[in-house]
Amino acid sequence: MKKVGVIGVGWFGFSPHIHDHSFREMMFEASQRAYHDANVNPREDVDAFISCQEDFWEGISISDEFAPDPVGGSMRPAMTVAGDGLQGVAHGVMMINSGVADVVVVEAHAKPSDVLSFSKVVELAMDPLYVRGANVNYHFIAGLDAVKFMERTGVTREDLAEVVVKNKASGLKTGRAPFASSLDKDYVESLETVVYPLSKADIAQPVDASIVVVVASEEVARKFNDAPVWITGISFATDSSNLELAELGRASYLALASKEAFKTSKLESPLKVDGIFVDDRYSYKELMHLEALGVQDVMGMLREGYFNPGSYLPVNPKGGHLAKGFPLEASGLSLLLDAVEYLREGEKKAIVASWRGVPTFTGAVAVMER
Amino acid sequence: MRTNLYFRRVAVIGAGMTPFKRRYLETPQELAWEASKTALEEAGLELRDVDCVVIGSAPDAFDGIHMKGEYLSHGSGGVRKPVSRVYVGGATGVMTVISAWYHVASGLCRKVLAVAEEKMSPGRPHPQAVFRYIWDPITEKPLNPNLIWIFAMEMHRYMYVNKVSKEEIALVSVKNKRNALANPYAQLGAEITVEDVLKSEVLVWPVQLLDVSPVSDGAAAMVLVEGDVARRYTDTPVWVEGVGWTLDNTSWPNRELAYPRYLENAARMAYKMAGIERPQKEIDVVEPYDPFDYKELHHLEGLMLAKRGEAPSLLKEGFFDKDGEIPSSPSGGLLGVGNPIAAAGLMKTISIYWQLKGTGGRMQVKKPVHTGVAQAWGDLMQASTVVVMRN
Repeated sequence: MKKVGVIGVGWFGFSPHIHDHSFREMMFEASQRAYHDANVNPREDVDAFISCQEDFWEGISISDEFAPDPVGGSMRPAMTVAGDGLQGVAHGVMMINSGVADVVVVEAHAKPSDVLSFSKVVELAMDPLYVRGANVNYHFIAGLDAVKFMERTGVTREDLAEVVVKNKASGLKTGRAPFASSLDKDYVESLETVVYPLSKADIAQPVDASIVVVVASEEVARKFNDAPVWITGISFATDSSNLELAELGRASYLALASKEAFKTSKLESPLKVDGIFVDDRYSYKELMHLEALGVQDVMGMLREGYFNPGSYLPVNPKGGHLAKGFPLEASGLSLLLDAVEYLREGEKKAIVASWRGVPTFTGAVAVMER
Repeated sequence: MRTNLYFRRVAVIGAGMTPFKRRYLETPQELAWEASKTALEEAGLELRDVDCVVIGSAPDAFDGIHMKGEYLSHGSGGVRKPVSRVYVGGATGVMTVISAWYHVASGLCRKVLAVAEEKMSPGRPHPQAVFRYIWDPITEKPLNPNLIWIFAMEMHRYMYVNKVSKEEIALVSVKNKRNALANPYAQLGAEITVEDVLKSEVLVWPVQLLDVSPVSDGAAAMVLVEGDVARRYTDTPVWVEGVGWTLDNTSWPNRELAYPRYLENAARMAYKMAGIERPQKEIDVVEPYDPFDYKELHHLEGLMLAKRGEAPSLLKEGFFDKDGEIPSSPSGGLLGVGNPIAAAGLMKTISIYWQLKGTGGRMQVKKPVHTGVAQAWGDLMQASTVVVMRN
């Protein structure tokens, strides 16, 4: 794989309720910022556009119909990846590596504040014959997953509280973290559990946001940007999609994706980066995902403070989803956005690892370098 | 748009389909697996040989499943592999092949399974109900438009601008349903006349019942591999030589409906990549998307296989017949084979693959064929996807 440069990023939102912008207006704002950042004209410089979305989140059948206009992609090669934004970036990288495009725009957005019955929509993602009829609350599935993970690894509720405190405090450094706060570990532990072992503080909240990323081939990237952030490896994977057959307590999807991404980027170990931006939609997921990326003794490292900002291996130094909320299909791009900012601030190398949320077992991994 | 002459060559070495019909009892996963299994068998591969799976499926509400890519990954053998779902409404079937193509051409994967599935019949009270939610939620949805209304507008506009009669358009339905009689997967093969079409129930003038493809369930799958891999498995690979896709703007009421300019853009992209300069001379067989009979004519013009407004007269002369200059929809198309949205587009590509491989059986066109084009169309009359293949 030839490396691909991120030459521009733009975002809009990160609020539990954007009431004054439609999803299309949010897309327009985010894309304008990304194009300004990348110094590109979407009508002339961009070869292909990718939007990442799912019909049921939008409340629109064939929601990709509305993708091209707000990002300047009409009458151009535009398409939709029904997946997380980081999967969309992987598709952009493939388009560039296959030779059909030099510059690709990847967009993902979320307007969960428009969704009246969030849990019912999630329920529709469960197998209609075997699981849906059981009326399982989706946090309960996360709870089962967490318990299996904690039993196997020895991670305790105190460790989970540590993740919550760390990420919510890290979020205070950015302008897009509505759930950032300075919490005390005892306070987090004292909270009532929603579903054992998760309290309200352990569960990230959905937010409205749109994120646009402009990626370009190596030769072209340098025309627009003196110092692009390079994607040197990217992959994605799905484990069993059937909940009843899935292996709970492990993030095999991320292990598979990271193996491939690390191989292409020639990254020997996840410890050889300056920061890891990993999906922490539930506090335990941060630790489970780190384990899947190949970080050994996650619990020990957490307890010794290795994952804190400024330490040996900062994890979610900009707050992750616990501080920022998770913008549905834009969640992976939210982590990528954090990584781009982090690398632009002077760090050298980072890993981004996304997950599509309950009830999926799909994740994507990107290795990024400055 | 850049055309990189150095991308990896990609070949099709296997394909499979379920018959298209109404109210399958099998689940979407089972349909996807049936098609995938047949495709893998033809390719001589096993599931464990496949590196990546690309899934195509159009509106989620047909199957009533959120995150349908995840759900279908199981039936498509996409467990513990890179799996992704792509869609552009009705144009999804060919986009699935395009996406599978760039999975291989980019070097990310060497062997890819492309699977498209749609099960329209669970839609209640009718699958058309799903289309009530395709409109702009603020400006259009409150008017509660029906999908056939907008196609009636487009058909009317096409007829008015090009001075085309209903009789001329009905010939498409007659041709395709007749061609479908030779297709073992077809739902609606029939020997009908222009008069039958003109006497059929008026849905929204000028759209009548026999102008429209049926509601269908079905799945289709295709195996695409890197060039050197292809030679190991078959002596007769069919090469994907050009791909193109375009989305027009969402605002369909402001558009000239008589000509699909978005398709022309997509076709130009695919032709450029395949080195086609004179489409009418260089293309031997075509499968244009025909959910309505006028759409086949519309698309033949957008593909530049006929000048604007010229497709009906060429059709009348037999130019697009199975034994004509450029056989169009020799499979029977959506009008004859059926229309499980995403699977129908992949069926079109598979039909071209079979023609170029020479395994079309009774569907095989008489003249020798070397270059074929498959096309699909969708969204709010705004999306088109094109694939050029050669043997």
